[in-house]
Amino acid sequence: MGSIGAKEVPVLLSPEGRRIDGRRLDELRALKITAGALHEADGSAYVEWGANKVMAAVYGPREVHPRHLQQNNKAIVQCRYNMAAFSVDERKRPGLDRRSQEISKVISEAFESVIFAEEYPRTSIDVYIEVLQANAGTRCAGIVAASVALADAGIPMVDLLPAVAVGKVAGEIALDLKKEEDNFGEADLPMALVPQSGRLVLLQMEGHMTAPELARALELGVRGCRSIYETMKQALRERYATGTGAEPQGAA
Amino acid sequence: MRPGPGTYRVDGRIYASILGLLQRRPPLVRIVPLSGRYIPKPRDVVVGTVTDVQGTFWLLDIGAPRWTPLHMTGTPWKIDFGETEQYLHVGDAVVVAVESIEATGRIGVTMLGEGLGKLEGGTIATISPAKVPRVIGRSGSMIRTITTLTGCKVVVGQNGRVWVDGPAEGIIRVRECLRLIEEEGQRSGLTERIQAYLDSTSSPGSTHEHRSHVLEEIPHTSGPSREEEVRVPPPADDTEPARPGEGSEEEGGPDPAPGDDY
Amino acid sequence: MTDEVAAEILTTHILDLARSGRRLDGRGTDDYREVKVEPGFVATADGSALTTIGTTKVVCGVKLESGKPFPDTPNAGVLTTNAELVPLSSPTFEPGPPHPRAIEVSRVVDRAIRAAETIDLTRLCVTPGEKSWVCYVDLHVIDHSGNIIDAALLAALGALTHATVPAKRFGVRDADYPLEVQHLPVECTFVRLGDTIVVDPSFDEEQAAQGRLTVATDELGNVVAMQKGLIGAFSPEDITSIVDRALRHGERLRALARGSAP
Repeated sequence: MGSIGAKEVPVLLSPEGRRIDGRRLDELRALKITAGALHEADGSAYVEWGANKVMAAVYGPREVHPRHLQQNNKAIVQCRYNMAAFSVDERKRPGLDRRSQEISKVISEAFESVIFAEEYPRTSIDVYIEVLQANAGTRCAGIVAASVALADAGIPMVDLLPAVAVGKVAGEIALDLKKEEDNFGEADLPMALVPQSGRLVLLQMEGHMTAPELARALELGVRGCRSIYETMKQALRERYATGTGAEPQGAA
Repeated sequence: MRPGPGTYRVDGRIYASILGLLQRRPPLVRIVPLSGRYIPKPRDVVVGTVTDVQGTFWLLDIGAPRWTPLHMTGTPWKIDFGETEQYLHVGDAVVVAVESIEATGRIGVTMLGEGLGKLEGGTIATISPAKVPRVIGRSGSMIRTITTLTGCKVVVGQNGRVWVDGPAEGIIRVRECLRLIEEEGQRSGLTERIQAYLDSTSSPGSTHEHRSHVLEEIPHTSGPSREEEVRVPPPADDTEPARPGEGSEEEGGPDPAPGDDY
Repeated sequence: MTDEVAAEILTTHILDLARSGRRLDGRGTDDYREVKVEPGFVATADGSALTTIGTTKVVCGVKLESGKPFPDTPNAGVLTTNAELVPLSSPTFEPGPPHPRAIEVSRVVDRAIRAAETIDLTRLCVTPGEKSWVCYVDLHVIDHSGNIIDAALLAALGALTHATVPAKRFGVRDADYPLEVQHLPVECTFVRLGDTIVVDPSFDEEQAAQGRLTVATDELGNVVAMQKGLIGAFSPEDITSIVDRALRHGERLRALARGSAP
């Protein structure tokens, strides 16, 4: 193993194919989802994913603010992705910077691609994502939290929206990068999958990948999303567990 | 099988579009929601709050996606233009019935009908609209238990707003019952637990005397669409939660539906 | 925004109950909801805590950075408190620049910490006039069910008492060391409901309140900060009795903030 003394670039991949935290290339970080984590929201979820901590809440469908954004034939989906000042190592100035605004936009569009918005014309479905602790992949953690929150809020959708980032570390395509891998890796490719159709509704990319590497990354990401999807469904099942299950309700 | 409420069909397969309980009632497959805001349906009786007064109508908050206009012609009062503010003020509570939902999302309500009108006195509690069938119970059994044992009048709006009037102690106990239903509405034996809670908090000897005259006619139990939900809880094997996108075939084995005509 | 016209009958009911010393959620006038302070909630902060009062939740993250003392206090470090009432936490909060409500929360918390000398700011000075620590106290309200001021200060104390000065990272010393905390002020908020004054208001009680008074006290029995808010008034006698009650609640809350059992 390389010494930590090589300060600029830590050893991201061991000769045995293990990553900085011991994961294999196709392995996800630990993911814990709590549906219905908040009291005031119409729907909510809390996600701990690796060292990410993200809270999401949904309000609506409700009246549109500001009103001029209202659409006559469908609901609008307004997502706001925000990072708490203390969520990163260097304190972040409160408020939405350009990065947060861009992420908010692509997440809004991803959800508008799966929500049956035409069921609620002239309303707004407001999705709020608060990153409380960040460690790479916060937009994907935010999408996962928001998607569970949307289901918890009873919003009609084509499907839940699992999301994950694939990257390239030490020349290898790797699933779900953590911070060091993101900082020193060669590429980052966040995506969100509609499991029902097998299509991607969020896709960004930064870095260098060959076409074959990209194909491998997409394959790995889709598989990762399918695994995350199961965790999301399980979280919703737990929230609405019927207790003893088989017992008929209200039999008397 | 055909796609009912809470589902959609793609390539002959039926999928859930909302989180809920799968219910097969041939020829329909539907998902009964477990959560979410109130989504109005015609004939629903709802409890609302006046949020604005205009020349010919009031705007109501009934917890629906849109604010809801109550037009002055939908009231028992003879009102001229501009007199609306003499009848209902911002903050007043009313019981109204949903008449229509337009394609624009506009919700039409009326105050004309039995049990509808302005609410005087009492208080308002809220519960998840998805839990309303539990508050009412099979053929109104739960709400009858609650009103009888607390001595309170109760109007349960389909929108999860509940009007309660009666002795202060009784109102507190009704609120506690609603809280228990909100938290434990999915578990079995709810009626027994509510009964046990009410028995444990009753002042000895008083409840039986109250029983005869506190039972109020509850306007919302008359709607046939609701009766069905209340009276017939989904059979146990049909109550596994379904998530959006989940094909109903996967839940219950081979489905005769794929490709079926409407 | 939507939803936020309180039903008049609910307000009236809250006031009626208060007259006989009762509350909507069954509490007595001097009952505080369950309080939890969970330090170390956020690993990216130098100190942090999640505070829960009933279902109200506030996260605080403390960060220390190397900076410069203000010219008028060359021997002292800098303390900055900021509160975010993010729209995730309540249907009444909108996105946008900080609302005066958020600024009030941050300033009231800041005053208590400053006046009680929770942090000896001179100990945060590294080189007089040139180099000092800047201590950021960032408050993030994530679920607003009433009384966010008390929750915010408790979160701030939970975060400060467990904070580490990142001296190694900023090359100030060879090793990080715990932030020195002297006094722990706690805030206790009351609202007037008619002639009754209740502690730890819920969201509905704040809506119905005829005045709010927050009193910060320290472990020596001093009052170190106060804030009267909302529309309404208090007599000097009211204030004296509120201060007595605040001192009593203060001891228990302080123990919770410190992380020791009350």
